[in-house]
Amino acid sequence: MMRLSHLQSLEAESIQIFREVAATCEKPVLLYSIGKDSAVLLHLAMKAFYPAKPPFPVLHVDTTWKFREMIEFRDRLAKELGLDLIVHINQEGVKAGVNPIDSGSRLHTDVMKTQGLKQALDKYGFDAAFGGARRDEEKSRAKERVFSLRSAQHRWDPKNQRPEPWRLYNTRKRPGESFRVFPISNWTEADVWDYIARENIPVVPLYFAAMRPVVERDGALIMRDDERMPLLPGEVVQNRMVRFRTLGCYPLTGAVESSAATLPDIIAEMRASRASERQGRIIDHDGSGSMEAKKQEGYF
Amino acid sequence: MSDALLAVAEAPPAAIAPRADSLLRFFTCGSVDDGKSTLIGRLLYDTGSVFEDQLEALERDSKKFGTQGDNLDFALLLDGLSAEREQGITIDVAYRYFSSKTRAFIVADTPGHEQYTRNMATGASTAELAIILIDARKGILPQTMRHSYIVSMLGVRHIVLAVNKMDLVDFSKAVFDRIVAEYRAAMSELGFESIISIPLSARDGDNIATPSKRTPWYHGPTLLGHLDTVDPSFADRSDAAFAMPVQWVNRPNLDFRGFAGTIASGKLRPGDEIMVLPGARKSRVTRIVTSDGDLPEAGAGQAVTLTLADEVDCSRGDVLAATLHRLTPRRALTARVLWMIDEPMTAGREYIIQHATASANAHVATLHYVIDIESFVQKPADALAMNQIGLVSLTCDKPLIVARDRGDRELGSFILIDRLTNQTAALGVIDLDAASALEAAAMPADSATPHSPGIFTRIAGAPGSPERARFRQELMVGAPLAAALGLLAWAISASLPAGIAVALADIVARPALRATVKPAPASPDDTIDPGAGI
Repeated sequence: MMRLSHLQSLEAESIQIFREVAATCEKPVLLYSIGKDSAVLLHLAMKAFYPAKPPFPVLHVDTTWKFREMIEFRDRLAKELGLDLIVHINQEGVKAGVNPIDSGSRLHTDVMKTQGLKQALDKYGFDAAFGGARRDEEKSRAKERVFSLRSAQHRWDPKNQRPEPWRLYNTRKRPGESFRVFPISNWTEADVWDYIARENIPVVPLYFAAMRPVVERDGALIMRDDERMPLLPGEVVQNRMVRFRTLGCYPLTGAVESSAATLPDIIAEMRASRASERQGRIIDHDGSGSMEAKKQEGYF
Repeated sequence: MSDALLAVAEAPPAAIAPRADSLLRFFTCGSVDDGKSTLIGRLLYDTGSVFEDQLEALERDSKKFGTQGDNLDFALLLDGLSAEREQGITIDVAYRYFSSKTRAFIVADTPGHEQYTRNMATGASTAELAIILIDARKGILPQTMRHSYIVSMLGVRHIVLAVNKMDLVDFSKAVFDRIVAEYRAAMSELGFESIISIPLSARDGDNIATPSKRTPWYHGPTLLGHLDTVDPSFADRSDAAFAMPVQWVNRPNLDFRGFAGTIASGKLRPGDEIMVLPGARKSRVTRIVTSDGDLPEAGAGQAVTLTLADEVDCSRGDVLAATLHRLTPRRALTARVLWMIDEPMTAGREYIIQHATASANAHVATLHYVIDIESFVQKPADALAMNQIGLVSLTCDKPLIVARDRGDRELGSFILIDRLTNQTAALGVIDLDAASALEAAAMPADSATPHSPGIFTRIAGAPGSPERARFRQELMVGAPLAAALGLLAWAISASLPAGIAVALADIVARPALRATVKPAPASPDDTIDPGAGI
């Protein structure tokens, strides 16, 4: 008999989830964060609806502090794939001068990312938002359903999640309620890279090792992507061979020293690695329950 | 051209050796404090799947919340919700991912508390293998029976009986043997294909990845060794005839109409004849369309888009199938149902049933009995309460295409949704055997021959069945009509016997015609209703 390979069965599961949303929700949107998980998410969406285009737009909630290469990559990809791309920036946050350096990671993430996302979802009236979160990333994500119901205020109730047996997803909701839908819930970081290699999916070059200007700050290597990031006393910008395992706001994203400049290098490095990918993410370290608290407030 | 930005993935993918090629989904369940989370934490740790920064967090958390003294509390690797960490229990199913040298694993760690049974069922429903954990000091508990029953109901066929905490019973062979014998005896009627029993200490790692020196009397595989080699495939799924529920109709323009879905069973090639159920409209597959080019063949588990040769009426909820051999359109369903919300289920209530990609309104006709899943005894009941399992007959307002085989997860299972709250109220597994047994039991002894009903039963329906009720109704309406027809015949032919003959012929022929023209329904209330799925 024919048994699907590991990646084939993950791909089939994800495509089924995409189609279920398209068939049962009124106004879906794909949340695109430009990273490798988003790249896989978008690729799966293109496959799920082929030869049609995905029947929903792509939304990027821009905190204005993403790496410049990420924005360039986003705009080019949207053009090449003919995507309906919506970019949303929380203008109130910008006016209030919220930024990751003076406001701190927690406030910046809350205002520019979480509140920004809620604004955009409310503004366009989206009732289902695809996200590229994976259960292997973080403990509270490991507990979340594929179809995660959010209240009209976008809150997640982790103690009262709907049972999700087999592949039968209950997509009914009241007006105002919405779903966060995670088609790659069951993928690991290794699966994502293996799939990127198998399908030849373009990703932001920041994932590949190159000489980049970084400073050492609180034990992390932070790339100084533009002049907005002031140097602290004693800090020196050094050019080092680094790459990123995850991508976020540049002042909050630590690089790792690496010489992995190709996909096979990255995959080999990751298989040998003894540190989890979110290690470089400063926002996760506010305490063990911090991601759960953010998610309850509406963070992805 | 600055194409370099997008064309970063230039290295040939062939340069990368595949990781573990097969995927095994399994789950663990047991009673409170059996050490489920510890066991999975140990599996992650022993396969090198815990990263250094996670290990540091674990050390921190073990000191803060741990229950293992100075040792690492592996359970804290898994209990991800704050409430779980505070209370030291597992509330919701957590999924974990790790790989051995040969396989990738997805583990669902599921709660043992009865009040979270629905979360346990969520974890069990996609698993191919279940690890039932037992505390060697306590032996088989009511929860063990409950979990095993649910596992069996949800279609898991392979069991590992993990007898844990062997260190606390001095690694006694006698204790282990007694538990294994009791478990096997208790499970005889649940139909598991394999039960492998392993003596363990999850805390110390005995027989997890390496054979324990403390159990010299045990010669079976280690837990990891077994997980690496077990073949849990549902062999019948891809060997069976082709079936695919239509999930979404793909119509990018006037020239293309494709039917997207995940193949539930069997294989398909372009050119194959298929029918659209319900209604049995026939057509032929022209293409299996993917973004990587058309496929020459597709099989069970693949998500595909098909085009058909004819402009047949087909939409979400319909099923494309090669034959009706293993499928049957049904309005009346008998199923084992696990109830999952506070408000109990009673006969007479209505829910939304979601079955594969179809949904319909389902009326609860009968609650036959509740199953005491700690003793497997059937008890009559008026209501099905949260966490109870019962045998229920439902009547749907349109036919659903259900699998005849027991344990078919794709076309043999469903959920019920509460119309007012939108909660997922229940999950159900269709049980055609139970339905036939009930029909047979309902027939009086003289006509209890379900496979060859007498001519009267075929015309009039089984006693007590909706068919019989319809026959009675037709008789009441039909008798005066037949009498009138008879009078008319008498008047025309001036022959009384001819009039009586015409009347009798009419009264018998109408239902008889219905019984012969209809394609021998398996259940009395079934009808194939073209177009009902639209």
